[in-house]
Amino acid sequence: MVITSQKKHEEILKYLSSSKKIFIVGCGACATVCKTGGEEEVWQMEEFLSKNNKEITGDVVIDEVCHLLLTRRAFREHKEEIEKADTVLVMACGTGIQAVVASTSKKVYPVLDTLFIGVTKHIYEFQEWCNTCGECLLSETNGICPIARCPKHMLNGPCGGVVDGKCEIDPELDCPWILIYKRNKESLKKIHLPRDNSKRARPGILSLRGVR
Amino acid sequence: MNKLKQALENQKFVFTTEIYPPKGTDTTKFLRMAQIVKRSVTAVNVTDNQRALVKLSSIAGCLLLRKQGIEPVYQITTRDRNRIAIQSELMGAYALGIRNILAITGDHTLLGDCPEAKPVYDLDSVQLLYLISKLNSGFDINEHPLQGKTDFFYGAVVNPEASDLEPELIKFEKKIKCGAQFFQTQIIWDIDKFKKFMKYASKFNVKILAGIIIISSSKVINLMNKKVPGIKIPDSIIRRIEKSSDPVKEGVKIASEQIKELQGVCDGAHIITVGKEDLTPQVIEMSR
Ligand code: SF4
Ligand code: SF4
Repeated sequence: MVITSQKKHEEILKYLSSSKKIFIVGCGACATVCKTGGEEEVWQMEEFLSKNNKEITGDVVIDEVCHLLLTRRAFREHKEEIEKADTVLVMACGTGIQAVVASTSKKVYPVLDTLFIGVTKHIYEFQEWCNTCGECLLSETNGICPIARCPKHMLNGPCGGVVDGKCEIDPELDCPWILIYKRNKESLKKIHLPRDNSKRARPGILSLRGVR
Repeated sequence: MNKLKQALENQKFVFTTEIYPPKGTDTTKFLRMAQIVKRSVTAVNVTDNQRALVKLSSIAGCLLLRKQGIEPVYQITTRDRNRIAIQSELMGAYALGIRNILAITGDHTLLGDCPEAKPVYDLDSVQLLYLISKLNSGFDINEHPLQGKTDFFYGAVVNPEASDLEPELIKFEKKIKCGAQFFQTQIIWDIDKFKKFMKYASKFNVKILAGIIIISSSKVINLMNKKVPGIKIPDSIIRRIEKSSDPVKEGVKIASEQIKELQGVCDGAHIITVGKEDLTPQVIEMSR
């Protein structure tokens, strides 16, 4: 899931300073689970903006804003309300925001900061366990990712800063290398040569068209 | 000629120390400290933006030392440079006459005075050692031949008192497999533990210099315990310093006592002073 958090409301008001009529887009997927852009948060945002003298022309919570076809369809269905607005405010991740930009020529502004792809550890508690490196090495690290879970992306064992299994930059974080070691120490012994970063050096594109 | 390598091969007990480049361009204090330690130690490490603090570059510091007739150990971290920059920098260092390298990953940017910086970590310390072994054999990291190879004497860090010791030792062995020829350890407190480590480490053909810190005040204790990842000064030492009427003298005494105990155990000592380099000659003198 894509983990997001809401920007400070003052910041949002700042870039809405010249906007008067606003249409709001929420997301029924990740942002709903994160409590940052679901039905409830869209409604709260409307209330907040109305209090700050903005007119809300309408809103929609799209199943997945990042799905361009769904977003375009929703924009056709809400054409009139969007026409009346001067600004579209999006309560979805960065991909979702840009899917909206690709669906309208109106001014589009974000409400959320997009943080990472995460697991839900507890309700409303998320952690980054994968950072989409492009070449998964979990088969060699007992299924625990040192690239996403170590701030230094160490590939050959813990750095000198680890103390009692915790990371030097945040004692809340488990050092992945100690977790890997505890599962099976053999996997610490392999020397991992420098990774091939060319796989992630340009924006990702994947087409399954020829396959399907 | 490589003084450090020769000394480690021929002498019983070798001393190294480290000095920190200034924040800024005034190298007066840096050079004064270098002059003070010059006759007491075989080589002097120059730190690479230690603790992720913005400082004058390590390579420039090394060159300044060389001009004074002091043999530098060029510390290089993987925090601030990708593998292109590191290779380029290492070839440059070699061409400028720098012969010793200490390869480290480096404290995280978030712990320093420029936490907004983008951390690089394209390589880790093991991979950095691998890269140096490549340059030494006349190739870049992708096997392209070099016009003139390097011949670095290169080492790394090990922590015999790591709280998670076995993973640390597995990594130590990987560093040796990637060519590390010497180790400067993290600060040693528990001599018995260290002796055990040496018994294990003597299986390998590497030189070990034990890290010894000179504590000159409670301020240093605080700094080390709070700011330096993985460092914990034991309470017994803290009490000795705090109770003493002359903490500097006490710190010098503690360090020299430790060094005495290490004679015959390892290949030398690497003295860490946290900015009090002027105490180094005294400590070495007292430990003889
Ligand atoms: S190695 Fe880590 S970052 Fe890369 S794909 Fe696998 S889990 Fe994700
Ligand atoms: S303590 Fe572990 S997780 Fe933290 S930076 Fe070091 S190796 Fe990475």
